[in-house]
Amino acid sequence: MQKRTEKIKEIAKRLLEEKKVDLVLGHRKGSIVLKNAPYFAYTPQEADRLIWDGNCRNNPANFLIPYKDNRVAIVAQGCVSRNVVGLISENQVKRENLYIIGVPCLGMLSPEKVAAASPGNITEIKEDNEKVVITTNGSSVTQAREALIRDNCTQCTHRNPVLYDELVAETVKEQDIPDRYAYLSEIEKLSPEERAGYIDNVFKNCIRCYACRDACPICYCPECFVDKFSPQWCGKSIDSTDVLSYHLIRAFHTAGRCTECGACEDACPMGIKVRMITSKPEKDVKENYEGYEAWLSLEAKPPLLTFKLDDPQPFIK
Amino acid sequence: MKYNILNKTKVDQFLEEVGKKCAVWGPKKDADQVAFDSIKDAKEMHLDGYMNTSMSPKNLFFPQSETMLYFNKSGEDANIYREVEKKPAAKAVFGIRPCDGAAFALLDKIFKNDQYTDTYWFEKRDAATLIGLGCNNPCSTCFCTSVNSHPFDEKGLDVLASDLGDRYLLKILTDKGAKLLDGVTSLDDAKDADISGQEALSKKASDSITARLSQDRIKEKSVLELYNADCWSRIQESCLNCGTCTFVCPTCHCFDIQDELFRDGGVRIRNWDSCMSWLFTIHATGHNPRPSRKERVRQRFMHKFKYIPVKRDGDIGCVGCGRCVNLCPVNIDIREVVQEMNASK
Amino acid sequence: MKNPYIPYPVRVEQTVIETEDRNIKSFRLVFLSEKDRKAFDYIPGQFAQLSIVGKGEIPIGIASSPTEGDHLLFTVNKVGLVTTALHNLYEGDLMGVRGPLGNYYPFERMKGKDVIVIGGGYAFTTLRSTIVYMLDKKNRADYGRITLIYGARTPGMLLYRDTLAEWSKRDDLDYHVTVDREFPGWTGRVGFVPAVTEQVAPASKNAIAIICGPPIMIKFTLPVMTKLGFTPEQTVMSLENRMKCGIGICGRCNVGPEYVCKDGPVFTLAQLKDMPQEY
Repeated sequence: MQKRTEKIKEIAKRLLEEKKVDLVLGHRKGSIVLKNAPYFAYTPQEADRLIWDGNCRNNPANFLIPYKDNRVAIVAQGCVSRNVVGLISENQVKRENLYIIGVPCLGMLSPEKVAAASPGNITEIKEDNEKVVITTNGSSVTQAREALIRDNCTQCTHRNPVLYDELVAETVKEQDIPDRYAYLSEIEKLSPEERAGYIDNVFKNCIRCYACRDACPICYCPECFVDKFSPQWCGKSIDSTDVLSYHLIRAFHTAGRCTECGACEDACPMGIKVRMITSKPEKDVKENYEGYEAWLSLEAKPPLLTFKLDDPQPFIK
Repeated sequence: MKYNILNKTKVDQFLEEVGKKCAVWGPKKDADQVAFDSIKDAKEMHLDGYMNTSMSPKNLFFPQSETMLYFNKSGEDANIYREVEKKPAAKAVFGIRPCDGAAFALLDKIFKNDQYTDTYWFEKRDAATLIGLGCNNPCSTCFCTSVNSHPFDEKGLDVLASDLGDRYLLKILTDKGAKLLDGVTSLDDAKDADISGQEALSKKASDSITARLSQDRIKEKSVLELYNADCWSRIQESCLNCGTCTFVCPTCHCFDIQDELFRDGGVRIRNWDSCMSWLFTIHATGHNPRPSRKERVRQRFMHKFKYIPVKRDGDIGCVGCGRCVNLCPVNIDIREVVQEMNASK
Repeated sequence: MKNPYIPYPVRVEQTVIETEDRNIKSFRLVFLSEKDRKAFDYIPGQFAQLSIVGKGEIPIGIASSPTEGDHLLFTVNKVGLVTTALHNLYEGDLMGVRGPLGNYYPFERMKGKDVIVIGGGYAFTTLRSTIVYMLDKKNRADYGRITLIYGARTPGMLLYRDTLAEWSKRDDLDYHVTVDREFPGWTGRVGFVPAVTEQVAPASKNAIAIICGPPIMIKFTLPVMTKLGFTPEQTVMSLENRMKCGIGICGRCNVGPEYVCKDGPVFTLAQLKDMPQEY
C-alpha cells in the first residue's frame, strides 16, 4: 500500500511540475477513519496528499467529464481504468487529454466487514498488502486483509488497469473466479413474483437520495430520466412502485456498461446492496453476447450500443 | 417532582405503564439500520451500544412522503382540493438524542411563522411526547458543543433521561412530559447524589467532544462577503450533488409539493426535496438561479451557518449530530467546511 | 390550526387572450364561497398560488386591484405543465387559488409622493393592479404625480390594451407606452423602456419608482434611474423564483436569508444590493 502511495505521489508531482497535466485526480485521506475523499491536486504540494489504500472506494472517473477540456491525470485501478475507457468510447472525454496512472489493485476494504470484525468505536486502521490492524476502544485486533475485502472486489477478475500510461507497481495476478456471478443464484432461482418481493425488500430503505446514480461514472446524463418533469416518467415518493421504477430503469441503463466498481454501494447511506440488480444485466450481457465484459478495450463496443446482424434475438418468434 | 429515578430493573414495568396511555416507540435495530419504531418491551429496543439512529427522527413528524390533500375528477366535489382526515395517534418516543431534540426545537420555529402554521408537522408533534436520552459517550463525529447545544441539552424534549449506570435519572421538562409520567408507579424519587452524578456525566461528555468550530468571523462577515469568498470552488469539487446530507440531516426541511393522478382522482403529496438537485431552483423558462454545483453546495452551508442565524437571531441551522460527516459518500466534512468559511477571504 | 395549504375553489368566469402570439391569457376568477372571498383580502404587489387538480400549483402575481370588485384577475404566460393546463381551461371550469401571499408594494411609503411605474413585457401584471388601485377615486388624492412607462416588443404584445386606451385619455396619469420598434399602425412612442425612461426623465425628488420587467430591461433601466437621481431606497422591484409552499416554509425560494414568497416578492434595490443574486 505504502509503496503504491509513494509512487503515485512521485508521478503526480512530476506531471504537475513538468506541466504535463493541469490536475491529478485521486484520493486523499478522509476526515474520519475508514474513509478517503476524492481529491483534485493542482500543484506538486497538493499532490503530496494523494494516497492509495483500502479506502479508495470512490470512482475518480466520475469526476472527469467537467474537466474534459483540461489535461487530467487520473489514478486508476482495474475497474476505474475500464470506466475511463468507457468515457472515451462514449465520447465524453478525450484520450489525448488523459494521463492514466495505473494501479494494480488488491481490493478495497469493506467498512461493514471491518466493523463486524471489531465492533465498537474504531479509532485507527493500519493495513498492508496482507493484513489489517484495527484499533477499537484502545485494543487492537489483526485480520487477514482477504477476509475484509468488499464484495465486488472478492469477485473481481480485472484488478490490473486495462489502459494506462504508467504503472505504479508490478501487475498482480488476476483472481481465478470460475463463476463470478454465483451470488446471483439466490435471486435467479426465484419465480418472477418472488423476485419482485426480493427486490422490493432489497430497496425497502431507499431514501431517493440518488447517491448511487451520482457516484456512478457511467450515469452522466445531464438530465436523468428520473429528473424529467415534463413529462414526469417516475414518481418522486418513497412508495415502492416509485422506488423500484427508478432503480430498475437505472439498472437497464447501465447494462453492458457497468464495471462493478462498487461506488454505488459504497455511496448508499442506507447500506443497500445496489449491485443485486445491476449485476444481473451484466451477467445476461456476458452470456448473450459472446462473453462481453464492459470496457476492456477501446475497440470493443458494448453490445447494447451497437448492432450486428447475427445478434441473438430469441424474443423474436 | 421535577426529577425521578427509573431503575433499569423496572424498565419493562415503566413501558407497560406508559403503554396504557399511548403507543411507545424506541430505537430498534434491523440489520445495520437503527430507527425509531413501536416497541412492546425493553428487549426490542436497541440500547446496548446505541449511538443514534441512522436517519434523523424528523420523519416522525415530517415523513418523507406525505399525502396532504385529495381531489376527485368527477362527482359533486370534482376539482376541489379536500383535506385528508388524519388524527395522529399519541405516542411516547424514548431515546431521542439531545442533538435531534435541538433540531426539533429549530424546526418548530421553521414550520410556524407569524402568519402560517404547518398543520401537518404540528398535529404529529403535539401528539408525541419525547423522552430524550443524554449522550454519555458522544461519537467522534459529534460537534453539538460548537453549535449552541451539548450532549445533555434539553431543547425540544419533554423529558430528559440520563443513564447513571443501573438507573436512569428522568428530568421533566414540559407539561406534556409531566402528564406522561403522572401516576407512573415504576418511578422512584431522585436523590441529590443522582442529580450531581448527572451533572458530572454531562460535563464529562461535553469535554470529550474535541471538535471546536470557530465561527466568530462567520458572524462578523456580511452575507455577501461569505457568499463571494474564495473557499467555495475547492469545497464543491468532489460533491456529488446527491441528496444524502440533506435527507439524513435533522434540520433540513425543504420539500416539494406535487399532484399525482390515479383512477378518477388524485392527491397532492409532499416529498422531501434537496437543494443539492439542479431541479430545486429551476424556473419554468429554463433559467436556473443556481446553475452549477458550486452555487448549490454553497447554498447548503450558507443556509445552515449564515442565513438561518441572520434570520433567526443567532440560531444555527446545524445541531452537530455528525450524520452527514459519517454518510457523505465523498467525505465532505461539514466541520472542515465551517472552518474554511471562517478563515476565508 | 388552519391548514395553509388548501386552495380556495374558484370558477373561471372569463378568459381573454392578451397577446398576438396567444401565449399570454388573462383569467377572471370568482370565488365559489363568499367566506373565501372575504378572507382573500389583498393589496397590489401580492401573488397567489393557482392550482389545477392533477397538475400542480404556480405562483402568479395578482393583476386585479381590490378596488375593482369581487373577482380576481391573473395573467399567465404559457410556459410549462401547469400554465399549459391553465390555458386549456374553459369558462366555467373550476380551479384553486391560495393566497394572498407575499408582501405588497409599499403604499404607506408611497403616500404623498410621486409614483413612477416602469414595466416591460408580461411582467406588467402587478403593475396594472397598482395603477388601478392608485387611480381609484378613493385613493387618487393620496398620491402625487403618477407616471407610467410600459413597453413591449410589438403593439400586439402589450397587455390590457383596452385598459391602456382608457388610461391614455386620463389627465391624472402621465402615460408613456412604447413598443421596441416602429410598427405599421402604431402611432405611439417607439423605443426600449430604458431609453424612454431616460427621455421622460421623471423627477426623483420625493418620488418612488416601481420597476418590473425581464432581466435585460432591468439591467439597462437601473443605471438610468441612478442617473436620474433615484436612490436604492427609492427603487422598488418585484422578484420571481421557483416556489412550492408560498408561505415561507418549504425553503425553496430563498435569496440569501430572505424568502421571495414571504419576505418578498417586493424588495427595494437597497435590500437587493445586500443579497446574493440567486433569482
